[in-house]
Amino acid sequence: MSDNTPPNVQQQSSAVQTTGHAWDGDLQEYNNPLPRWWLWSFYATAVFSVLYWFIYPSWPVGDTWIKGFGTVSYAVTDKVTGKEEEREYRWNTRALLLEDLGAATNDPRRKDMLANVRAASYDQIVKDPKMMEFVRSVGKGLFGDNCAACHGRGGQGVVGMYPNLTDDDWLWGGGMDQVHQTLVQGRKGFMPAFGAVLKPDQLDDVAEYVLTLSGETQPSEASERGQAIFQGQVGGCYYCHGADAKGLQSQGAANLTDRIWAIADVPAQKSVQDKKAAIKNFVAKGVNNTRIMPAWKDRLSPTDIKLLAVYVHQLGGAQ
Amino acid sequence: MSEESNPLYQKRIQIYPRSVKGRFRNLKTGILALAYVVYYLLPWLRWERPNAPNQAILYDLPGRHFYIFDLVIQVQDIFWLAGVLIIFAILLFFVTGIAGRVWCGYFCFQTLWTDLFMMVEQWVQGERPARMRLDKGPWNREKLLKRGGTYALWLLISLWTGLTFVMYWVDAPTLVTEMLLGSAPYAAYFTTFFLATTTFVMAGLAREQVCTYMCPYARFQSAMFDHDTLIVSYDERRGEGTQGRSKLGKGLKTREERQARGVGDCIDCGYCVQVCPVGIDIRKGLQYQCISCALCVDACDTIMDNLKWPRGLVLYTSENALNGKKTRLLKPKTIGYGVILTAATTVLIWSVLTRAPYSGTVEQIRQPLYTQLSDGSIRNSYEIKLNNKLTAPMTVGIRIEGLTGATLNMDGMERLELEPQERIKLLARVQIPPVGRNDSPGDQVTFIIEPLAGVRAEPIRRQVPFYTPEGGR
Ligand code: SF4
Ligand code: SF4
Repeated sequence: MSDNTPPNVQQQSSAVQTTGHAWDGDLQEYNNPLPRWWLWSFYATAVFSVLYWFIYPSWPVGDTWIKGFGTVSYAVTDKVTGKEEEREYRWNTRALLLEDLGAATNDPRRKDMLANVRAASYDQIVKDPKMMEFVRSVGKGLFGDNCAACHGRGGQGVVGMYPNLTDDDWLWGGGMDQVHQTLVQGRKGFMPAFGAVLKPDQLDDVAEYVLTLSGETQPSEASERGQAIFQGQVGGCYYCHGADAKGLQSQGAANLTDRIWAIADVPAQKSVQDKKAAIKNFVAKGVNNTRIMPAWKDRLSPTDIKLLAVYVHQLGGAQ
Repeated sequence: MSEESNPLYQKRIQIYPRSVKGRFRNLKTGILALAYVVYYLLPWLRWERPNAPNQAILYDLPGRHFYIFDLVIQVQDIFWLAGVLIIFAILLFFVTGIAGRVWCGYFCFQTLWTDLFMMVEQWVQGERPARMRLDKGPWNREKLLKRGGTYALWLLISLWTGLTFVMYWVDAPTLVTEMLLGSAPYAAYFTTFFLATTTFVMAGLAREQVCTYMCPYARFQSAMFDHDTLIVSYDERRGEGTQGRSKLGKGLKTREERQARGVGDCIDCGYCVQVCPVGIDIRKGLQYQCISCALCVDACDTIMDNLKWPRGLVLYTSENALNGKKTRLLKPKTIGYGVILTAATTVLIWSVLTRAPYSGTVEQIRQPLYTQLSDGSIRNSYEIKLNNKLTAPMTVGIRIEGLTGATLNMDGMERLELEPQERIKLLARVQIPPVGRNDSPGDQVTFIIEPLAGVRAEPIRRQVPFYTPEGGR
């Protein structure tokens, strides 16, 4: 080529050939050669893909798969002892994520925070905005995994089945120490069935009285008869619920003078008759082996239980 | 058309651009020098900041803050980045509409680095003919030395380019020490070597192929051109006359002689072709490979000056001007782009200047929507997110209004110290006394988040719903 001929002009002159096909009469396609580097990059990707099959898990074969040579190892912390242990897995994104989580800059911060929470007293935790933020985010996960199945995601519970953890009425006490104990050892609710002890009209009277306790109805003759049963030997309700009907937390006996009903869904009933029926029905049947909170001491680490106690406390049920 | 004549691949044809002197070359060199000074030295500039890194420009990814002199940008301000990108896009439309590929010719990183690499090449191996000779010649000591020297220098520049890029993301002096000691993070090494490799390959080996085959902008900018767009062009009427161009031969020495014989002013010296970094012949008309660098203008101007003929055989002009029409720069399209560009820039600057020193959001916790307490009062819970954007501490107070009889309980965190750049989530409980069937306490509550100390700023007011059981209780 002469010194003056620009290289790309040459390229162009050889590029104006067409593929020889014609569509719609005159529509033709240029047959431009690819740049060599492009072509070689293409071949390289093909070779690379084959290598990739062997290095990483890939094709299914029967009921197994090509396992590949790639592995990922990451540290696992034992929940109870707090000891770290290396695990090695076949390369997969889940193992990779676990490895990344362990190596992330957040992880030491998280470990520090956990140690802080472990060392702090309940009072200290509640007063520290940073620790509370941590408790709420970690606690949310723990609660979701372990507690939400019964108590609901937000701790709102189900009337008649599982207690509401966001109100201020606590059968076994809502202080953090009491919640802690509830978590560790579990709870078992019990109330005898009075259907066999009391006659139906006596049950009516008791229900009438219980309704006056929380201000649902005005005192009447029936409620006075009910009070006598409640306070006397016949019913003996005051053993557990107390002479003032305010309940007894050591027994898990409900406060009957407030407006919260954990089992008989009184607020949901429209008429006084229905409210009475709901209470009567419940008193007749009592509670036996139906209100059970399992013990978590063998399933959760002490730190987790502590976190959960604070979390549940801050759900709104603080006392 | 036989199969043989259509090879599957095209070997790249090496281009040996000749050097040139002139006003556009000077402009290009000036921009190049400025760009390199900024790029290579900026990470080393320190900037005193209390409670924050002291590097003038730092994109702190783990800390999720971008520091640009006195501006501290947080992750949630990332929409500014969108604003900057939009502005750049419109700017590109605007400039391309007026002056064609000037971005490519003068500012593009590919062009800048290629240019630098070519300068090194020429410095070591000599001018175009010397380089061509060296390339064709056998592998001897001289070739080995010169080629090796070029590659070594390229490699050094590439490495420093990669390293400098990483310096924008970490503390620069620490990084350099760590890199040398071998204790820098893996990502730093990877990025450095990756960028060094791409710099070496793109600026040293691929060069104009990037602009012609890889760059997407090269593909769609023709859509932004019109008949008034400035392009580098060869004045064909003047250059070719009626009989075409011709070398300075006998009886073809002066313009008068040439014009008398219908020959144009182009003396077919090929200088404009030799200086072209993308290897095209501008005399063949506008080609998509041309990056508007105007080096061919400088080349031809040099020739014309030598001949004492008027300049401008190859020049910046427009298609309209070439056809003897007037070039209209102020077209509706250009004005439109200009207006949008001004508006977008104003909005961005306004947004940056008026940003709040802190932010606060309030969200109602919807599970449960409300809780009824033993005395019949009703409680809603809220999550408050606070964010101190300053590099200094501040005190924030939180109170509520707008809901009859409501009280706020935050376990004593209604007044809170925020560390510099601290963000925190808090729980707030709002409680109203029991309501009768006909009372309506309202179904909204307004949180007022105000800075009490550390900074003066408008309080943030957030109105959020407050839920009560239907019909009260
Ligand atoms: S033709 Fe001229 S303006 Fe276009 S790339 Fe080549 S030297 Fe630059
Ligand atoms: S430099 Fe000017 S005179 Fe020389 S070939 Fe190019 S256009 Fe013609």
